[in-house]
Formats: sequence, structure tokens, C-alpha cells
Amino acid sequence: MSARLWPLIAAALLVLGVLLSLGTGAVWLDPALLAGSVVSPKPSLPWLILWELRLPRTLLALLVGATLGLSGAALQGLLRNPLAEPGLLGVSAGAALGAVVAIYFGLAASFALAAPLLGITGALAAAALTLTVGRGGTLTMILAGAAVSGLMAAGLSLALNLAPSPWAAYEITTWLLGSLTDRGWDQLLLALPFLLAGWVCLATTARALDALTLGEAQAESLGIDISRTRLLALAGTALSVGAATAVSGAIGFIGLLAPHLVRPFVGHQPSRVLLPSAIFGAILLLYADVATRLIPTTQELKLGVLTSLAGTPFFFWLVTRLRRTAP
Amino acid sequence: MSTPQTRLEAHGIVVRRGGRTILDGVSLVLEGGQFTGLIGPNGSGKSTLMAVLAGLLVPDAGEVVLDGVPLARIDRRTLARRRAYLPQSPRAEWPLPVERMVALGLTPHLPAFGGLPAALAARVDAAIAQFDLGAHRYQPATTLSGGELARAMLARALVGEPELLLADEPLAGLDPRHALDGIGRLSALAGRGTLVLASLHELTLAARHATRLAVLREGRLVACGPTAEALTAGMLHEVFEVNACVTGAGTRTASVDFT
Repeated sequence: MSARLWPLIAAALLVLGVLLSLGTGAVWLDPALLAGSVVSPKPSLPWLILWELRLPRTLLALLVGATLGLSGAALQGLLRNPLAEPGLLGVSAGAALGAVVAIYFGLAASFALAAPLLGITGALAAAALTLTVGRGGTLTMILAGAAVSGLMAAGLSLALNLAPSPWAAYEITTWLLGSLTDRGWDQLLLALPFLLAGWVCLATTARALDALTLGEAQAESLGIDISRTRLLALAGTALSVGAATAVSGAIGFIGLLAPHLVRPFVGHQPSRVLLPSAIFGAILLLYADVATRLIPTTQELKLGVLTSLAGTPFFFWLVTRLRRTAP
Repeated sequence: MSTPQTRLEAHGIVVRRGGRTILDGVSLVLEGGQFTGLIGPNGSGKSTLMAVLAGLLVPDAGEVVLDGVPLARIDRRTLARRRAYLPQSPRAEWPLPVERMVALGLTPHLPAFGGLPAALAARVDAAIAQFDLGAHRYQPATTLSGGELARAMLARALVGEPELLLADEPLAGLDPRHALDGIGRLSALAGRGTLVLASLHELTLAARHATRLAVLREGRLVACGPTAEALTAGMLHEVFEVNACVTGAGTRTASVDFT
């Protein structure tokens, strides 16, 4: 795969993935039926399945995957750390806690958008805390992120511990596993502005990330405002990953994996990693979501579980490669 | 290209860190065309002074003035176009090809959107040729040897054709051939009108190539002037606490022998 070839491969994988995602599920819709449902008189059953279930789910997989890939690429560039990912700075945990609070107090049952709304709030609060405590340096920011993640995880444990009923605890746990099942247009439309705002913030860091290849001192001497770059990267992650997590639950490894997949093909330059990483993040999550529908299990296989299972071997590979190349 | 009028002045620079005074009232004047060697023992405040002069560190007291304008009042992008800074042991954090790493030196010259314009790409080509990096052009910068990386970083710093170059120990870790090559390039750069300030530990090389020396000891400037006047056995004894024999300071045959 070369720099010229990757857009073609990405486009082919996207088209195939979208068709698979629209067609696969409890009811199999082949491409002819899909096309037929679009032109036939509505409402027909295939049309309802396509419009109300499969299409929002497919779009969400693409949006959430792209968000994770983009944010992972930006954070790895910002922190110059190949193990950085959106979960590192406490943002994912904050979003999860926010959404769980909504479930815990029964708000989610009475008002469908309570979980995503509180999830986004949680993500922003976590990011603000990380940035306030960890301002001043890359290492302090990673440490602050770890502390904030720990705090949010403690909050999640507390919610499980004090859950009013086993049923509530079960609902919280399954939500935390991450899934795109039964997400509809309203959740997608709620998340979309936050996703877009976050993407814009992340994209504006591109040139600063390039300069940071030379370290913070040289980047600053090249006219880069490092604090502003940190703020943009973290705010962008909070907005986009926060909104994504609030809708889908915690989904690991996509943000870690996608940048590594594309980096060798764009000459390792951080700004050139951003867009391909977003696209391959979208592709990875789309196929993972299709796989959860194809793998026969008695209980539904959760998306977050699958990405973690499939992503862990990659993590091991990354660590062993770092061990070999580290001085 | 740079003009001989470039003038960088430091007035009473004071930097304190955790109760310690790192720089204690340093004042000096640097001009275009001069190659000033900044010397002093480890911990004397050289790196801190470099960072202050580069405008990367705001001093607790005093100010740095470039051509009559305080650095604090110069827009960071404008300053970045005029001044290049190389920290101690600079390195690339990603395995970028050398040509792209060199091109990063043009960051403050880039238009708001889009890639590298043709005029700037030509500057990258020129810098790669000038610093003998042609054979390493597509090599990942992380795999360069110490000498090659030093050249590549210098190319990165100078590709934007700055009026000032502040280099913190640019010769550290280089073998004699690469050290000679490096200081020769700095000296030639000053010869073309650029203001060059480099902190150095290689006293013989400083004695031969630097036109001026600034000497720091415990955060104070103890000498600053033409190399022939500043570099004396008495100064070395006072500042470095070593006995040395200095001959021909400021000429190409100078030597500093420790006794």
C-alpha cells in the first residue's frame, strides 16, 4: 500500500463495509432488496429496517470510528507517545460516568437524550479537570489524565456499588461495554454538532503537531503556541470523543490502532496521519460492528468487547516492537 | 537575507527557579555578523540565557530587545521567522524523512492553508544541498548518526534564512571531524551577516572560530568581548577553576592547553 493507493483501498473498504452494515442483521437485506426498499412505496418492512435501524447505526459506526481515529492521531502527535489514545486523558471515563449517572437516576428511562447529554457534560468536565491539573507539560498532562480517569472509574464503581436494583446494575454494566444497537436518529443528531465541533478543533492542531516532531522547545521557537495546541487537542477530544462515548459507550483500541495502521504510508508526518487515521478508524469500527452481528452468540456480542478482544493482540505487538526499537 | 544591523540586547536579565537565582542581572549586546561563543561551567546558566534570548523563557526581571523592540512585543510568528533556535541535543520524535524534517523549519513561513509552495520547496532543496544531506534526503531522521543529525538540525534551523541563530551546545557529542565541520558552518554563517550565538564547551574551537566570547559563571556575565581579549588564562582559572595556557586566541591557530 503506497501513499497513492491508500485512498482507493479506503474507498473500496468503505463501500463494502457500508453495504454489509446495511444488509447484515436479524433480517438479511441483500443489495437488490436495499435498492428496492428505497424506490418502493413506503412504509415497507425493508424500508423501516433500513431507515430506522441500519442507516443510523451504520452512520454512527462511521462517525464514532472516525472520531476515535482522529482523536487518537492528534493525541499521539501532541504527546509524541505511540501509546496515547482518547481514553488516556480521562475523557472517555468522564463521558461514561456522565451517561451512567443518567441511567442510575433513571433519567435515561424518562428522557432518551439524558444519557448522551450528561455524557458530553461529563467528558467536558473531565477534560477541564485534566487540563487544569496537568497544565505545564506533556508528562504532567498524562499523569493528570490518569488521575482523572481513576476518579471517574471510582465514580462508576460507586454507581454500581450503590445501584438501587440488580437490574439497574446490569443496565449500567451492559451500557459500559459499548454498543451501537438500537441507536436512532435523535441520538445521532444530538451528537453530530459536538462531533463536528471537536473535529474542527482537532484538525486545527495539524501544523502544530508537525512542529512538535522536533520537541516542544523547537516547536515553540517555530512560533507554535503549545498551550493553545494542548487546549485545542483536549477540547476537541472532549467534544468529539465525549459525544461519541455518550452515544455508544466506551469503545477501546480504535483510537490507538488506527494511527499506527496508516502512519507508515504517509511518511510518519503527524498532520498527514490525521485524515487517514479518521477514515481507517471509521472502517475498523464499521467492520467490528458488522462482526458483532455476524458472530453467533446467545447474548449479543458487545462492540466494545469485540474491539478490546481484537485490539489487545495489537497492543502486545506494539509493546514488543517498542521494546525492540527503544534504546 | 540578514542585515548587519540586526541587534539583540539583553538588559539586566534575572531568572529565579525554586528559590535559586539562575541568571543574575545579565546584560549583553549581540550584533549581526558576529559569531559569539557562550562559555561557562555546567550549571552556570548558559541554556537558560539562550532560552531567554530566544524569547522562549520570560525572565523574572529585565528584558531582551531586538532591533529596538522588546521580544515580548514581537508577534510569535514574526519572531519565529527572524530567529532560529536549536536546543541541546535536538532530535526527531517520529521517523520523518530528512527532507520533511528540514521543511519543518519553514513552519512560520507557511501560508494559512495548503502545503509547501514551490518557492519554499526550493529553499528545502538548497538547504539539503548546502548541508550535504543529499544522500540522506529520504532516510528517516531517527536513523541518522549523531553527526548527520547535527547537520540536519542545522539545516532545519537555517532553511528559513533567519537573521539570528541561537544554538545551545551544537557541538555536543560530535567527533572532532564533525565538530570542526559544525563550527566552520556557524562561523561561515556569521561571515555572511547572521547573528550567531552558540554555547560551547570546546574551548580550542571557540578560541579559533568565535569572533566574540561571552563568559558566564554562576549566573553572572564575567566577561564579554572579542575572543582575543576575553579568553585569557586568568579568566579560565577564575571561571572553570583549571590552569590553562592560551595562545593566539581569536586566530585560526589558537590553542587552549590545560596544564
